[in-house]
Amino acid sequence: MTFNLQQTDATWIAEAVKSGEISATQICRHVLDDIQQRNSSLNCFTIILKDSAIATAEAIDRDIAAGNDSGVLAGVPFAVKNLFDIAGTITLAGSKINQDHPPAAQDATAVTRLKQAGAVLVGALNMDEYAYGFVTENHHYGATPNPHDPKRIAGGSSGGSAAAVAANLIPLTLGSDTNGSIRVPAALCGVYGFKPTYGRLSRAGTALFASSFDHIGPFARSVRDIAIAYDILQGSDPRDPICTKRQPQFCLPQLNDDITQLRIAVADGYFAENGDPEVFAAVETVAKALGVRQRVTIPESHRARAAAYLITASEGSNLHLEDLRSRPADFDPATRSRFLAGALIPGSWYLQAQRFRRWYQQQVQKIFQKVDVILAPTTPCIATLLGQKTMAIGGKEVLVRPHLGLYTQPLSFIGLPVLSVPIWTAATLPLGVQIIAAPYQEASILRVAKVLEDQRIIHPN
Amino acid sequence: MKSISDYVEMTAELLNLPIAPDYRPGVIANLEAIAEIARLVTEFPLDETVKSAAMFNPSPDEEIDDI
Repeated sequence: MTFNLQQTDATWIAEAVKSGEISATQICRHVLDDIQQRNSSLNCFTIILKDSAIATAEAIDRDIAAGNDSGVLAGVPFAVKNLFDIAGTITLAGSKINQDHPPAAQDATAVTRLKQAGAVLVGALNMDEYAYGFVTENHHYGATPNPHDPKRIAGGSSGGSAAAVAANLIPLTLGSDTNGSIRVPAALCGVYGFKPTYGRLSRAGTALFASSFDHIGPFARSVRDIAIAYDILQGSDPRDPICTKRQPQFCLPQLNDDITQLRIAVADGYFAENGDPEVFAAVETVAKALGVRQRVTIPESHRARAAAYLITASEGSNLHLEDLRSRPADFDPATRSRFLAGALIPGSWYLQAQRFRRWYQQQVQKIFQKVDVILAPTTPCIATLLGQKTMAIGGKEVLVRPHLGLYTQPLSFIGLPVLSVPIWTAATLPLGVQIIAAPYQEASILRVAKVLEDQRIIHPN
Repeated sequence: MKSISDYVEMTAELLNLPIAPDYRPGVIANLEAIAEIARLVTEFPLDETVKSAAMFNPSPDEEIDDI
């Protein structure tokens, strides 16, 4: 078999399957064998759905042989963070507690939509417990190491989703992002990670963390794969009251549109401080490639991050309050104290944070009257070491876990669409640059990313 | 900080949320950190016309214009 997953993306696989160059079953068995061999060290997958994946792939091959439409992602293997419902399996959400839950009765909407497009679900992926973390060092299911350096973190909380794509185990995964949980691991693992506008994609059938900020989105190895997955996942959903009823705006047909009319700027101030020099160099590399000189300042972003923290802690704790009362010992020690403390946050602080959110949104709306796209770093550093508690940035010693979300939290706080794109600088590990736009302007983001990808400024390996 | 320690004890009791002695130092440390973070939000003056971003839609079949 000439198939080499390291040189392909989901789009290529689907085209090869539909043209008969390779069968969906061959692809599926290859991926499953690879996972079988390498997952013990990569620790990305917590569930492998071997039998159902092969049965699905065989059905796709029969469809193709019969001349039926097999979908735009025909035969493409995919996997999901283990907070997405998969019918017949227990939705762990990274926890021990959820092992006592019944199996999901139906798939999450996002899983259903990818399956309807011909993609083949092969398993579920590791994460921080209840999505509360940026490291994927899970007490119950182990750490997911960074595929580029196993002594380092993959990032989190969708660490398994990012690492599985980075390790070439699989071309397409889904994750969730509340404060940066798609973008941070995408950056640290060197893949594309997309968090569309809040409410653009249905979260139905996912275990929520903090509903005010919870988003879902794809990880992939090419911009076109991100666009295809995003286009498939769009659409209203009565099962998620937050999901928009706006008509889908398909990005793939616009992907190669000219970007010279887009006004692009680099975020300065908060987004140009408190990081290692190479993260700002990465942003400048992207800015230079796009000919960007303009700077914009998003005001009070340190307060936005603080407000996001309060709302997250308060909402997350409330969701798990009954388990915190009855079985606190079953929580991951890394989340337990934070959930318990979050449960005690005064209502007044929570409400002030929600009012500040409105104020901050209004300030950013004004900025988007002057620019269309903003560039910012994704993380303040490359992947840190597994187990590392603190790090020195700008001469200051800071905690690793909360600091990794420094540049992502203020943006998800107001639901902006953001793509983290992979870039390799002088460092031996990848970094991410966030491409940010106004709500529902996902197409602008992906068009800019496509230009950078075509120039090889950004790439997964 | 004694006041945070007392607050943890009393609020946990009010919420019927038992906190085992082993967990108390971690909870107090986390709440102290949260209190520092909260100051950044509570010290910022907001006009009383600024509405909460937590919205409720009484008719979920209709679109909400903003987020």
